[in-house]
Amino acid sequence: MSVNMDNMVKVFERPRSLTDAQFSYCPGCHHGLVTRIIAHTIDELGIQDRAVVVTPVGCSVIMYEWFRCDGIQAAHGRACAVATGIKRVNPNLIVFTYQGDGDLAAIGTAESIHAANRGENITVVFINNQIYGMTGGQMAPTTVVGQRTTSCPNGRNAQIAGYPIRFAEVIAQLDAPVYVTRQALYDQKRIMAASRAIKKAFQCQVEGRGYSLVEILTNCPTNWRMSPVEANSHLMNEVIRTFPLGDFVDRD
Amino acid sequence: MTGNEAMAEAAIRAGCRAYFGYPITPQNEILEYMAGHIPAVGGAFIQAESEIAAINMCYGASAAGVRTMTSSSSPGISLKMEGISYLAGADLPCVIINVARGGPGLGNIAPAQGDYFQATKGGGHGDYRMIVLGPATIAEAIELVMLAFDLADKYRVPVMVLSDGMLGQMMEPIMLPEPVDPTLLPAKPWALSGARGRDPNVVTSYFIDPGDLNRINTQRQSRYHQIEENEIRYRETETSDATIIIVAYGAVARIARTVVVMARSQGIKLGLVQPITLWPFPYAPLRALSSQVNTILTVEMSAGQMVEDVRLAVADRAKTPFYGELGGLVPTPKDILREVKRNVS
Ligand SMILES: Cc1ncc(C[n+]2csc(CCOP(=O)(O)OP(=O)(O)O)c2C)c(N)n1
Ligand code: SF4
Ligand SMILES: [Mg+2]
Repeated sequence: MSVNMDNMVKVFERPRSLTDAQFSYCPGCHHGLVTRIIAHTIDELGIQDRAVVVTPVGCSVIMYEWFRCDGIQAAHGRACAVATGIKRVNPNLIVFTYQGDGDLAAIGTAESIHAANRGENITVVFINNQIYGMTGGQMAPTTVVGQRTTSCPNGRNAQIAGYPIRFAEVIAQLDAPVYVTRQALYDQKRIMAASRAIKKAFQCQVEGRGYSLVEILTNCPTNWRMSPVEANSHLMNEVIRTFPLGDFVDRD
Repeated sequence: MTGNEAMAEAAIRAGCRAYFGYPITPQNEILEYMAGHIPAVGGAFIQAESEIAAINMCYGASAAGVRTMTSSSSPGISLKMEGISYLAGADLPCVIINVARGGPGLGNIAPAQGDYFQATKGGGHGDYRMIVLGPATIAEAIELVMLAFDLADKYRVPVMVLSDGMLGQMMEPIMLPEPVDPTLLPAKPWALSGARGRDPNVVTSYFIDPGDLNRINTQRQSRYHQIEENEIRYRETETSDATIIIVAYGAVARIARTVVVMARSQGIKLGLVQPITLWPFPYAPLRALSSQVNTILTVEMSAGQMVEDVRLAVADRAKTPFYGELGGLVPTPKDILREVKRNVS
């Protein structure tokens, strides 16, 4: 128990790389957790003064207000192209994108795949909440078969809408990426593992090793119409059946 | 050197150190020239996966403080429009070359001027403006590419050089300007360079509060007014005693220079006004000339786009006929002279 408390303290102390601005996420949303983990990582690696966050269009659009580092807002889906432009002209910066599933795996599919395929030395944090949060809960490319959303009110029908995209596995087919992993946040153990994965992905970039992707299975209590606790058990019992956790690429 | 290569070299000499593009005829030589030459001066080059990716790479590189360019031709420029709106909304400088071709749709690869509306009246969404420069010769193209980078930085706006397939593909003897040393250009304190010893810099076009967006848009509009006051450029040929004037830009202006000589030799007092800044458009000089002449004939390789601006300037002070060729057909001097004669008799 005391060990767990230590862990809790580590993750939830306010990282220096966070500003005092309030998060605009709904209560219980994992977006806030990942935002903190990234800030903590930036602290640990001592890269606050050269980090640049590329924000998506989605619930985390104003992330640049929360990090005490330079930030840029990208057009919906184009974060990896924007990150590419920054990194290529100033390789000393530590450039990361933070993108939802609509942003990264629907409208931005081409930019996301090609940045990975070029092996851009950037870090991509991919928030797979299986839904379009910001626009009010429509179907995402990652929505699991049978899941109800406002644009598939009877549940995702694979006959009409196809199957959820396993983006980490897609990226893992490419030769260039150095680290590709899928993580989740539904319990303390998972949170610690996801924190390690995020740190590792940033380290890859700091060491100049190339492209890394951390896909994180997260919740959307608001649009899933579940309590945060229900959402966690849904992730643990249902979602990971479609999206297995683990490392897909780890080139040392 | 083709016009395309000359524009690419001019960009490098202007201090451009990031170029992102996607192949499309008739502008491929710009991409290819950049692939070969920009890395040699330490610049970034990527053949992007699409024009959308290319313009968004520009958005990132420009935000990082580097002189940045992309180029394409009409269909590819359509794809860049969202990105151009974002550049404008985030106050980022960027140079975009459009080596325009026939349209709409896939159209063809012949020279055309059907992208005037798109370039000067918006194209992308929202209340924004883009400086648009229209070169008529390769020498002008070089000069205007250099100018484009200066204006983009000075006003923090995207600037388009609106060229066409004729200028892009032809060859002319040229003089290249002395290269600019990018390290000596004015600093960009707003750029993303890492928040070291300063507050974080943020580049965004997102302002959820209508009051904030209203304020920011209004400030940007006042910058646009400064551009309208300070940056209008045009060239007059033989206008002082003219009774009829042609208004033409780009490749058509070049052809019209020949028409002026031909008409004068036949006793027709023909003059020419070539708008060089298509936005901001030279309304005032045209308005001034309109009370001196009977007729202002607009000639374009389009169904009539710039002519709307000419008519705004002239109102009913003179006749404002239009002559255009469509689909990539280039009017000959004879064609244009015929239209002039039709309008003087
Ligand atoms: C070009 C364009 N198309 C559509 C939108 C509307 N839009 C805003 S956010 C979003 C999807 C957000 O979902 P996701 O990327 O999964 O992020 P989340 O909010 O779930 O974190 C959409 C479609 C937009 N802003 N721009
Ligand atoms: S809408 Fe969903 S994803 Fe967005 S902040 Fe709320 S709970 Fe999180
Ligand atoms: Mg989502």
